[in-house]
Amino acid sequence: MRRFFKGKGLIGTVIVLAVLLVAVLAPLVIPDSFATQMNMRARLSGPTWEHFFGTDQLGRDLFYRVVLGAQTSIMIAGAAVLMSIVIGLPLGIVSGYFGGWIDNVLMRLVDTLLSFPALLLALTISAVLGPNLTNTIIAIGVAFTPFLARIIRGEALRVAQMPYVEAARAAGTTDAWMILRHILPNIMPAIIVQSTISLAFAILAEAGLSFLGLGTQPPEASWGLMIQASRDYLDVAPWTALVPGAAVAMTVLGLNLFGDTLRDVLDPRTET
Amino acid sequence: MTPIVRIDRLRVTFGSGADTVEAVKDVSFEIAPGETVCVVGESGSGKSVTSLSLMRLVEFDGGQIVDGRLTLNCETGPLDIATADSSAMRDLRGDEIGMIFQEPMTSLNPVFTIERQLTDGLRVHRRMSGPAARDRALELLKEVRIPEPEQRLQQYPHELSGGMRQRIVIAIAMACRPRLLIADEPTTALDVTIQAEILALINRLKRETGMAVMFITHDMAVVAQIADRVVVMYRGEVVEEGPVDQIFSDPHAAYTKSLLAAVPRLGEMRGKPAPEPLRLVGDIVDPKPLLPKADPEPLLQVSNLTTYFPVKGGPLRRHVANVHAVEDVSFTLNKGETLSLVGESGCGKSSCGRSILRLVEPTSGTVILGHQNVVDANPRDLRRLRRQMQMIFQDPFASLNPYMRLAAQVAEPLKNFGSASGTDLIDKVASLFDRVELPRDYMRRFPHQLSGGQRQRIAIARALALSPKLIIADEAVSALDVSVQAQVLNLMMELQSDLGLSFLFISHDMAVVERVSHHVAVMYQGRIVEIGPRAAVFGDPRHPYTKALMRAVPIADPSRRTFEDDLDFKPIPSPIHPLTFAAQPSQYEEITPEHKVLHIS
Repeated sequence: MRRFFKGKGLIGTVIVLAVLLVAVLAPLVIPDSFATQMNMRARLSGPTWEHFFGTDQLGRDLFYRVVLGAQTSIMIAGAAVLMSIVIGLPLGIVSGYFGGWIDNVLMRLVDTLLSFPALLLALTISAVLGPNLTNTIIAIGVAFTPFLARIIRGEALRVAQMPYVEAARAAGTTDAWMILRHILPNIMPAIIVQSTISLAFAILAEAGLSFLGLGTQPPEASWGLMIQASRDYLDVAPWTALVPGAAVAMTVLGLNLFGDTLRDVLDPRTET
Repeated sequence: MTPIVRIDRLRVTFGSGADTVEAVKDVSFEIAPGETVCVVGESGSGKSVTSLSLMRLVEFDGGQIVDGRLTLNCETGPLDIATADSSAMRDLRGDEIGMIFQEPMTSLNPVFTIERQLTDGLRVHRRMSGPAARDRALELLKEVRIPEPEQRLQQYPHELSGGMRQRIVIAIAMACRPRLLIADEPTTALDVTIQAEILALINRLKRETGMAVMFITHDMAVVAQIADRVVVMYRGEVVEEGPVDQIFSDPHAAYTKSLLAAVPRLGEMRGKPAPEPLRLVGDIVDPKPLLPKADPEPLLQVSNLTTYFPVKGGPLRRHVANVHAVEDVSFTLNKGETLSLVGESGCGKSSCGRSILRLVEPTSGTVILGHQNVVDANPRDLRRLRRQMQMIFQDPFASLNPYMRLAAQVAEPLKNFGSASGTDLIDKVASLFDRVELPRDYMRRFPHQLSGGQRQRIAIARALALSPKLIIADEAVSALDVSVQAQVLNLMMELQSDLGLSFLFISHDMAVVERVSHHVAVMYQGRIVEIGPRAAVFGDPRHPYTKALMRAVPIADPSRRTFEDDLDFKPIPSPIHPLTFAAQPSQYEEITPEHKVLHIS
């Protein structure tokens, strides 16, 4: 456990905790109006004492928008990735471990999903189900599932061919136990790495949906929506993109460092 | 005579600060022209680090030469490799110093032709034109005795066999006429017949060119075959150095003595009635032989076992051909005895073992264990039958789950069958640790905290957990250092005499097989070509393949060397046959009722 509080583990843990804290607490402490209050006289203002992250094209304070947008972004991305793991993990493990016709059927299904661009898929789902928070999560979650299932299948296939799995089979181990004790722990590192990367992409995917009017609805703030909105003002007010962009980058960095540390902590080989 | 290379007080470290590990401590020796110096030692002895330092390749692996001089006598005068700059080193590598690596499968680039790989060095170091380099490449292929050299030039590595590839690697190393050839375990990954050929080839090239050879190996038998002088290393230090005859006949260092005692030598069991443990340095009592019972009782009867693997091909991945991995194999293994399946890679010995356990599905045949047929057992019966037969695998690093504690891995078979639980389970696991001579506090450890030999003991403990009658040991000691190998072999033999276990011992190592077996079956191309009591097969081999195998095995005795002209092994034909191919049944000629030899058609 001590390794969580050393070096990159410490940085990662601090960032992840800070982001979570902001996401949970900010909406409770800061009134919504702080983020939606327009001020046409202070449009696209750079960082000042009054608005120290600057303002957007409608004169709304970027600091409050980033802080209040955290909850939407983190919740949608987190829930979507969780959902893709919940669906993708069993799919991938069953495919990789059992192989044969079951693998063929499941993987052709996954390939079909893969052949649609993830965003287009999410768009279709979102359009069919209607634009609201839950449906956005479902859309992104489903769109991300095939990538995860593919990666997990590959890993499960690799692990299933290891001699220790064969040894366990020769010792009469049942399939359920085999998956739980032998396959799952050994594919965990791949799952952790892939999920932290997926989280970053999910934040951006939410932005894409919001831009098309299917994700977060204005005037609500989300990081992705803010990045999308900034595209017309990049030359005159680059901070409108940099502020939410930095928030995404920080979160992803924190998650990566945290994920790396988590992987190391779970691996008995790094224990001294 | 001035030596080609002189290593003087070499020290190499890895890591920095408190984590610094000294891999090589104060190593000095020299190699004269036309001399082969074998650097021998077990894993972690620093032998490879020494050779990589000579190429200054050690820096790429994070090592650092902290002290010492590595003097190479070039045409232009002596040069200290330890302090040479990187451009001087680039000129040296592949020119003055050639190197051969262990794995012929990966030391050639799969996307370039043989010609391209052979001529690269010539163009860079000798600034040869295309045609001139091509002529030289052809000459080199003839020098390493590759048949049809003109065609080989246009081929890619995957089109050649392992032995052929290693010849190409040697040709590349020889391309610029190096003064020093470094060979790092060049035959470890090869079959014995190919090993014999490669050793003889390196010997001849050394004689013809007068280069110095630094040969790194862990195998004392290979040392006896090729060395002029021997440097024995242990934990980064030279413990003994001397001419090869003296090292074998009159070793001084305690480590050399224990190393030599641990090497099984082909032929040393002659005249002995039964397998017996190796006598290691420090053993007080004489090892007792494992005499078979007077009235042997069969445990495992394998009849006409055949296993084919489908070859898929074409755009629809249809079943187009079969790999005939195991072809009409029959044998009987008695209770409390060891039967060895011996042969080279691809002969079907592993597939045979796995078919018996049904880890792969046999195509036909019967396997009777006790009174039940394993081949047509339903899943429930199979699971019960597997309680009586367990397997030990080759790779001690891959056969244990890195994420599970050792106690849990040993306990797993017991849990699976519900044979023990609670404190009873813990007691049983603890006694299994005692049985394989591992301290009980290892129970809470993870596999990575153990050495290769200790892991193999865990694998044995796991196999013993269900008190099986039969253990299939698939190359169980092949990946271990010799001293560890000897200990594990002795442990297995001790377990056999104490518990009355039967072993199906699968190995490529003739000397080890001679040591442990009651009966021996030699496999070739999926078939048993010769089977019989160990004394008969080793003392009176009848099948031409058995004879070839015996001749190829290097013997840990420098006075019994083989030479290139004595060797002419035929390559093994492909075991892949079209679907319509009907294999002939195996028919045997009886030399004695027990000793049988395959009919040669």
